[in-house]
Amino acid sequence: MYPIKSSRRLAPDIYRLEVQADHVATSVKPGQFVVLRLDEKGERFPLTVVDADPESGFIFLVVQAAGYSTKKLVNLSPGESILDLLGPLGEPTKIAKFGRVACLGGGVGTALVYPIAKACAAAGNEVVSFIGARTAKLVLLEDELDSVSNELVITTDDGSRGIQGYGADVLARRLQAGESFDRVFAIGPVPMMKSVSDVTRPADIETIVSLNPIMVDGTGMCGGCRVTVDGQVKFACMDGPEFDGHDVDFEELAARQQYFKDHEECYLQNL
Amino acid sequence: MNQEKPERQRIPRRRPEERVEDFQEVARGYTSEQARREAERCLQCPKPQCVEGCPVRVDIPGFIKKITSDEPQAAAEVIKITNVLPAICGRVCPQEDQCEARCILAASDEPINIGALERYAGDRARKQEKPSGNLTNPPVAVVGAGPAGLTCAADLLRLGHPVTIFEAFHEPGGVLVYGIPEFRLPKEIVREEIRHLEDMGAKIETNVLVGRTVTIDQLLNEQKFASVFVAAGAGTPWFLGLPGENLPGVYAANEFLTRVNLMRAHRSDYATPLKLGDRVAVIGGGNVALDSARSALRVGASEVLLLYRRDREQMPARKMEVEHAEEEGVEFHFLTNPIRFHPDDQDHLGQIECLQMKLGQPDDSGRPRPLPVEDSNHFYDVDNVIVAVGSRPNRIIGETTEDLETNSDNTIAADESSGATSRPEVFAGGDVVTGSATVIAAMGAGRRAARSIHNYLT
Repeated sequence: MYPIKSSRRLAPDIYRLEVQADHVATSVKPGQFVVLRLDEKGERFPLTVVDADPESGFIFLVVQAAGYSTKKLVNLSPGESILDLLGPLGEPTKIAKFGRVACLGGGVGTALVYPIAKACAAAGNEVVSFIGARTAKLVLLEDELDSVSNELVITTDDGSRGIQGYGADVLARRLQAGESFDRVFAIGPVPMMKSVSDVTRPADIETIVSLNPIMVDGTGMCGGCRVTVDGQVKFACMDGPEFDGHDVDFEELAARQQYFKDHEECYLQNL
Repeated sequence: MNQEKPERQRIPRRRPEERVEDFQEVARGYTSEQARREAERCLQCPKPQCVEGCPVRVDIPGFIKKITSDEPQAAAEVIKITNVLPAICGRVCPQEDQCEARCILAASDEPINIGALERYAGDRARKQEKPSGNLTNPPVAVVGAGPAGLTCAADLLRLGHPVTIFEAFHEPGGVLVYGIPEFRLPKEIVREEIRHLEDMGAKIETNVLVGRTVTIDQLLNEQKFASVFVAAGAGTPWFLGLPGENLPGVYAANEFLTRVNLMRAHRSDYATPLKLGDRVAVIGGGNVALDSARSALRVGASEVLLLYRRDREQMPARKMEVEHAEEEGVEFHFLTNPIRFHPDDQDHLGQIECLQMKLGQPDDSGRPRPLPVEDSNHFYDVDNVIVAVGSRPNRIIGETTEDLETNSDNTIAADESSGATSRPEVFAGGDVVTGSATVIAAMGAGRRAARSIHNYLT
């Protein structure tokens, strides 16, 4: 059993949870994830670990209540527990002194790009972070990202905060204007990661994306999370979740992510 | 007096039309009367060949004799000297290729139904092994709670070692719980065996993926285990590498079976999703392919095709399971090799394109090599495909353990008789060494490794 220590609402439907998981807190690195099962009849589902405190044994998760299990998860109160929590899983982010790094987060992906930005800053990189949100009240972790970035760019789809439009477009304009980056990280919805990868391809900037396909076990067993990367079949749980965005077949990924959607909608009605 | 030879006692099975409606066990067990009659057929050979055919050398005439005198408890105790899981092995061992194939009666008549008798003894015996005495020998970590790990743990406890088993899933049992369906092996039997092992003193830690949560070197150096037995199985599925194989609607057998067996996705009160259309094709000819096909029928597919590139005689699956699948309505297409998956108008799987095959000269496996017949392309309309063409170990343990030698298919290089690896304090056995094989072979490896570990540590 993995008790929830605290739960805080960051934005509508987006929560930050602090969970006691000593075995993960001591070993997790940026970019890795855990697989949860809330209760006896629950499904197994992956969530990226945003931060951890090895001293206290807490891990921090940022959850968007979008599906059946994530809605149930954010409804758990401090003191209640998650039945099963496996991790850390996946390969950690490769952090080095790249030089100038752009970290783009889209939606809840902003929370996932934060530990990478933090690690890049600690490794001596110049970090420019981009927060992309649909609207002002969905802008996440502004202070946290600001504290680890040399520059913070905020974009909203409706223009209610920062620049109106997408982070990928801002990045494209800045590249056109002659700005250069040595490494780009982009985490968010599939179309966002695809756009960023398309923007950086002509400039040949290595662009790392973090994929979130459907998976059951998270240990390399089910093959449900298989993705095509540079023509090769990879398992996101074991070989990823991060890949070179220029090599990922995003159309295939998007199609596979949708496969159980009608089932999900049916369950949501019963919640 | 001309007495008729007593006949092999048939195992009662449920009617096919009834059993495809649920996941209850297909084969029923013997009554005590049937068990006694079958046991009395045994000739009690002085040099029993059946024992030679058993990977763990169960004293088969010995336990059968106890059944003739109506002592199932004593029979189970005889089996448990070498095999801690009789109720499981009685159900899933390929007896027809092992002990029963060597039975002296097999030549002239029908062999003794050793599997059914083993199951009878295992089911009737009360599980009552006392907690192991003082566990004063050095502690051992076991990686993986499948057949090899459970067997090794039981033996190590009896030899006085404290044992902690680390399991990645939320439930111990390995392939016995995620792979083999309920209708062949009821999960309650596995749970009971595991409770029994815990009563003996085994500690089981679930939700630990060794190599990620903790490494083998950490188990040895930080957690102070004196030795580690790696029995992590062969969990990573092979795919065919065909165009369209990643279309939504194509499952690996592992994914489909895990959703159903472990996660109960077919039940509306469980949250795990499962999507399966009316027409399903399973690719492969082994037990996992048959388990997938028969599970697909049970979760609602109206038509299940099994596509196999060789002929019926070359199928690696157990004959009995092939028979059961046919009775239940699985449609077999032999000498049929898929070459491409085509999408439907929603970009989900829609069709499989196959070639007709013919058999050529034997290949490396000794079986005739299937060769394509030219211009024999044909198509099946399907909603789902389940790919069941084998599995191999994943690479995590090999990559995260210093100086542990592995092979190109991720199997761990280990001596099959002792389980010794390139690291003196690390032993390995079961599918992680052999690639996917049988439950009993893994148990045999677990048993041999327990002995080697004990010798190494004392």
